[in-house]
Amino acid sequence: MMKRSTVAIFIVMFVFWVLLSACIKPLQGHYDHIRIVVGIICAAIATSVSRDLLITGKEDMTLRKTLRLLLYIPWELWQIVLANFDVAYRVLHPKMPIDPRIIEFDTTLRSDFALTTLANSITLTPGTITIDVEPERGRFLVHAIASKAADALLVDQTMQKKVAHVYMEEGGGE
Amino acid sequence: MLGIGDIISIIFMAGGIFFMVTGAVGLLRFPDFYTRLHATGKCDTLGEVLLITGCMIFQGWSFVSVKLFFLIFFIFMANPVGTHAIMKAAYYTGLKPWKKGEERR
Amino acid sequence: MFEMVDVFLAVGISIGFTILLCLYRAVRGPGVFNQVAAVNVIGTKVIVLLVTIGYIFERPMFVDIALLYAGLNFVGTLVMAKYLERGEICSA
Repeated sequence: MMKRSTVAIFIVMFVFWVLLSACIKPLQGHYDHIRIVVGIICAAIATSVSRDLLITGKEDMTLRKTLRLLLYIPWELWQIVLANFDVAYRVLHPKMPIDPRIIEFDTTLRSDFALTTLANSITLTPGTITIDVEPERGRFLVHAIASKAADALLVDQTMQKKVAHVYMEEGGGE
Repeated sequence: MLGIGDIISIIFMAGGIFFMVTGAVGLLRFPDFYTRLHATGKCDTLGEVLLITGCMIFQGWSFVSVKLFFLIFFIFMANPVGTHAIMKAAYYTGLKPWKKGEERR
Repeated sequence: MFEMVDVFLAVGISIGFTILLCLYRAVRGPGVFNQVAAVNVIGTKVIVLLVTIGYIFERPMFVDIALLYAGLNFVGTLVMAKYLERGEICSA
């Protein structure tokens, strides 16, 4: 029969269609059976085209990783709000205290999802932007705007440890 | 008169407008390309998320709020990736970063 | 006295003013990279402006248009970045 990942992707696509076209009863929608039939056809077409893009079959224990990712997101949102006030202060200050530099460090993360999550988190927390990532050695090339932000990545390494804890890889530091 | 939900959504929208204006002022004030991307890629994203959250609170529970939540999620994922892509292109074409004490570019 | 549509009008005018500020960098910026970054920022602000206009005129269809334009802006910026880095879009 069909693999489990195909059925999961089909369900996700169909739920997305239903949420976009407002064809069920709750939340002020109108029930319309034509839209549901067209939704099943379109979800089937989309699933057959993109079947092996999202769930590759090389990951295991995805449920626990997803739960830990959902717990990691509120901490990250709080860090983003806190540090954006810092960038706003640097922009509006009459003397503009910035001191940009480029730094480079290694991590022990190797899988695609973990590297992408860390690169996105580095780009979202103000003070640092990812320039390049090397997947073989886990090396990050980062542009930092002030020494305080650069030290938070090089010396403390809180973000690397948290991402390594989410994706269950060992270590996270250099 | 306005209810309590409307007041909360006005506060969110005011915060969003403040961060978006800060991002645009940073685009004008900073002396180098890399630092300008710092100002816009982060302040802009957060300002938009706050503003659309204000619109979501104003709307209440309906399908339009679900679509606005998808918009927030997409902007949250797509803006940093676009910023990183153009910064990587500039770095590998040879644009030199600005050190403290040089003149504006 | 003080309706909600006045708040949305003020928000829309503020976003329009911010887009005018970014236009200076899009015209003036020394080099092509500053201009591409400024156009990306203007595109992101237009998405929010579409949602606000949808609330002013009370048409919920504008949120779908904003969702579509977010995807278009993202893909456009990525294609520009890839072209500036390599000199070609797809190496066939």
